[in-house]
Amino acid sequence: MAVTWRQLLDCLRGGRWRAVWWRNFRVWQRLAGPAILGNFGEPLLYLLALGYGLGSFVGDMQGMRYIVFLASGIVVSSAMTTASFEGMYSAYTRMEVQRTWESILTTPLSVADVVFGEAVWGATKSVFSGVAILLVATVLGAVGDARAILVLPLVLLTGLCFASMSLVVTAVSRSYDFFLYYTTLVITPMLLIGGVFFPLDRMPQAIQIAAQALPLTHAVALIRPLVIGTTPHHVVLHLLVLGLYTLVPLMLAVRLVNRRMGG
Amino acid sequence: MSDDQVQVIEARLLSKHYGSYTAVDAVDVKVRRGEFWGLLGPNGAGKTTFLRMITGAIAPSSGSLRVLEYPIPAQARPMRRRIGVVPQLDNLDPDFSVVENLRTYAGYFGLSGPDLDTHIEGLLGFAALESKRDARISALSGGMQRRLSLVRALVNQPDLLILDEPTTGLDPQARQLMWQRLRELKSKGITVVLTTHYMEEAQRLCDRITIMDHGRLLDSASPSELIKRHIEPHVVEVYGDDAEAWHRGVGAGLADRSEQVGETWLYYALDEEPLVDALKACHGISYLHRPANLEDVFVKLTGRELREA
Repeated sequence: MAVTWRQLLDCLRGGRWRAVWWRNFRVWQRLAGPAILGNFGEPLLYLLALGYGLGSFVGDMQGMRYIVFLASGIVVSSAMTTASFEGMYSAYTRMEVQRTWESILTTPLSVADVVFGEAVWGATKSVFSGVAILLVATVLGAVGDARAILVLPLVLLTGLCFASMSLVVTAVSRSYDFFLYYTTLVITPMLLIGGVFFPLDRMPQAIQIAAQALPLTHAVALIRPLVIGTTPHHVVLHLLVLGLYTLVPLMLAVRLVNRRMGG
Repeated sequence: MSDDQVQVIEARLLSKHYGSYTAVDAVDVKVRRGEFWGLLGPNGAGKTTFLRMITGAIAPSSGSLRVLEYPIPAQARPMRRRIGVVPQLDNLDPDFSVVENLRTYAGYFGLSGPDLDTHIEGLLGFAALESKRDARISALSGGMQRRLSLVRALVNQPDLLILDEPTTGLDPQARQLMWQRLRELKSKGITVVLTTHYMEEAQRLCDRITIMDHGRLLDSASPSELIKRHIEPHVVEVYGDDAEAWHRGVGAGLADRSEQVGETWLYYALDEEPLVDALKACHGISYLHRPANLEDVFVKLTGRELREA
């Protein structure tokens, strides 16, 4: 683990990971049209359909209109899914199918540079989607006040966290099918009990406790208040949990990819 | 120390084990600056493992290794700044055009700016890809892709170039062009390490060849020296329906050494005249008289059984 830690520190100090980020950004730019359409279109449809449709049955939730509750949750869940899918399917393509990582690793870049560059790129895509959702939510009147701008660095951290976790899965994956395990067993349950679509306080005790162990719950606890125009509580605790869920997977991913590429 | 005495690669008792399997077994290798060195061996001989240790991609199990005077793997990162690698299978970036591939790759070395632009123009010319600069990778022929891989490896102006089967799968024309470019690089003094399955390629390009099998180095010398060392100067190949009978009746007594490979008899001789005279007199039998070549050496040292790794 000490070797991995040193490689990661060296990566952060050297800044070479930016070349990996830049490569991915340039590819994204080429296909930016449909990507941006998706960033705006999807949350718009969800917010209109669920926010107004379901919202008319639900009425208020935790003292706010359902569309407000939902918009502040979708910012977070979208950060999770965007970063996770980038860290799984797209990163796997670059690692295994196009062998882009292999070509990068014959240059001065290390495995840590590649993994961290990929993680920051996944987080960046989360921010793209977060910006789009906040704009849509603002137009629909679902954003409280200017505090919402503070959401963006938190979305970056949330994206970094989930990108790092999915890169661990990618590092041990033998095919695209393998990602279904992670999506079904980790991402979807988290989406459902993380407090995105409904609050947790009426759920069974056991689920409430389990939810507290998951990173998404803490991201929601930080981001929702800022979107609706209040101030989050227990900020340090939530940041610590997200930080831990970023750092440990990141180190694990570096270690596993080192082993895999060193084959 | 004069320039050509500088060792670009210096491996001592270098080994790589995977569990109980030994991929590379205590090899000693020295490659001088400016040398064009070929590493030959059947599939699974340990060539790729050896190359991956050279680039610092995998750590040796034991032994010592210096590349461009950097201890490896400890100083692999600064060493990689000064080498170029052409991989066995192309890993060009399919999302980018030809020129973007070069520019992106240069970015991994921290290179940019007008000097890089000039250098890239030169590389496009060298690869005969000027007209394809904005083409996608999928629109390039196999030969163009290999040449792009070659110039991509030159983007950082390396002191050592590592080529892992650079012409596998290319048609003869594309291969000729590749050879010509590699000879030009050699004339500029760059040190080259080449692995290949094409004996003609190794024989034409390499100053020195090392033959490797089962993780060990079997012999090492210039192509002509290797041939002289292991094979009689003349080889006569005899084939056809009557070859078997001819061998038993006549051929076996006329050569220094002979062997049967499939339906062909191979005769190795210091003096080919008795063989050729006998064959000329014999109708209905086909034969080919040729000088001994590197393939004869390769097969003699590594055996004839099929390797399917």
